[in-house]
Amino acid sequence: MSGARGGLQAVWTVAVFVFILTPIASLVVFSFNADRFPSLPWGGFSLVWYEAILEDQTVRDAMWRSLRVSASVSVLATFIGFAAAYTDYRYNFTGKMPYLALAALPPTVPVLILGLGMLSFFSMIDLVGTLRAVIAGHVVICAPFAMALIRMRLADMSPDLEPAAWNLGASRWRTMATVTLPWCLPSIFAALAITAAVSFDEFMIAWFVSGLEETLPVRILALLQGQVSPRINAIGSLVFFVSGLLVVIAQLLTWRRGAT
Amino acid sequence: MTDRTSQRRRRIDGFALFWGAPSFLWQGVFFLAPLIVLVAMSFWVVRNFRLTPDFVFGNWERMLTRDYFWAGYGYTFQLALLVALLASLIAFPVAHYLAFRARPGIRRLAIFLLITPFFTSYLVRIYSWKIILSTEGVLNVMFGWLGLGPFGMIDNAFGAVVGYLTLCLPLVIIIQVFALSAVGRALIGAAHNLGAPPLRTTLTVTIPAARIGLILAATFAFILSFGDYVSPTYLGGGTPPTMSILVVDQTKSGNHWPRASVVAVTMVLTLVTVLFAALFAAYGRPGKKT
Repeated sequence: MSGARGGLQAVWTVAVFVFILTPIASLVVFSFNADRFPSLPWGGFSLVWYEAILEDQTVRDAMWRSLRVSASVSVLATFIGFAAAYTDYRYNFTGKMPYLALAALPPTVPVLILGLGMLSFFSMIDLVGTLRAVIAGHVVICAPFAMALIRMRLADMSPDLEPAAWNLGASRWRTMATVTLPWCLPSIFAALAITAAVSFDEFMIAWFVSGLEETLPVRILALLQGQVSPRINAIGSLVFFVSGLLVVIAQLLTWRRGAT
Repeated sequence: MTDRTSQRRRRIDGFALFWGAPSFLWQGVFFLAPLIVLVAMSFWVVRNFRLTPDFVFGNWERMLTRDYFWAGYGYTFQLALLVALLASLIAFPVAHYLAFRARPGIRRLAIFLLITPFFTSYLVRIYSWKIILSTEGVLNVMFGWLGLGPFGMIDNAFGAVVGYLTLCLPLVIIIQVFALSAVGRALIGAAHNLGAPPLRTTLTVTIPAARIGLILAATFAFILSFGDYVSPTYLGGGTPPTMSILVVDQTKSGNHWPRASVVAVTMVLTLVTVLFAALFAAYGRPGKKT
């Protein structure tokens, strides 16, 4: 292989990664800049923007709502994802294909379209303007991620393991609790983290159905319509740290399995 | 056959139902029902500011005969197509490098870095681009040091494309890396041994062998950009409006949900058509089955 070509390719690869990571780096860096407009020259290190958002009641309320929503979503979506993954693993039945399609397809529909559909349907059943509406919508797009993660883990479990436990006299519930669930535990934790991260960041469905119950990303969307302000950098950095942390946790949990 | 069915029915019991039902029920009620309502609503009417079930084609007629609708449709389609192409071209050397040349440790780190943005606030990243690319932003300040600019990099198609690429590139690179990794090294080695230069090997052996993944990656880029609202609004300036902006405008300010749902249903039909065309291109090319 020609060295020059490989070198050029490496430079290109680095450039593309710089493009992908630049907005995140710039966001965090300028959240500590004292100046009113986040640009060069550097105006000095400061925490004023973080203080400003922590004193802002609307931001604190929105943060609290987002945390509640993403906690509920992660538990619900992970349970539903696990149930669907286990059903796919254990059972064969007529209509399994449409069943799995329904369980897996939601993330492929643009959130904008889901949001509009949910807004109209939820307004018929009087759910619009509540956090429960946001939770219901987020579980729809999060459960498939949980299902995929857990199904990958189940694929590594011998299909004879459960029947062995049954033959030894354990009931199916007991087998589930003492064999299947412990086996899936790393992927369950990973699914909890990933679904929490997806919900914490999601703004389109939340924007359509939340009404006045703004979640944090919806608050950011509202701020974006106003002037550029380093306060958005500060909120954005917080949001990024929370979801980034969750994703890193999820990746470490799924990786440890790959290593052993 | 009937014996087996009845046997199977007896086995579908409380335990199986407990695990099988939740996904079906939840997605049926909160995913399928809203989509059905969305389609139905495109035939409803708004009377005295109230949504009334009906079966009229007025909304369709009204939207499909408007020039701004088709202008928006064409603009959105072109942008999404451009992004699918651009993202594929930009990503390919990266994916090729990661799949064939990078050490395993580097590859794992790269995949890690690519997965992380996929799950972290896209909205916030677009905001960040907005200030980087703005007239007083970092890039224009730097151009100013060189005596250039300022360049208008937001509120136009360029800005929108930067945003779309931010959204699509990580996913496109990941899919391409997997597609290329699946191409046997033996195949590429054979091409080398037969005397093909590297570029020719890539064009005539690697790309055809990885065709399915490459087409899939481009399709995802198209789908993501076609439906995105944030980039065309905050980086693209909102003019001409994309399909997504039409939907939001009709819903939020126009308060005319049936017209919004006409646009949304048109988008879904377009995406399904594109998806099937892509699957056909990837799998169904007659006489070229592998």
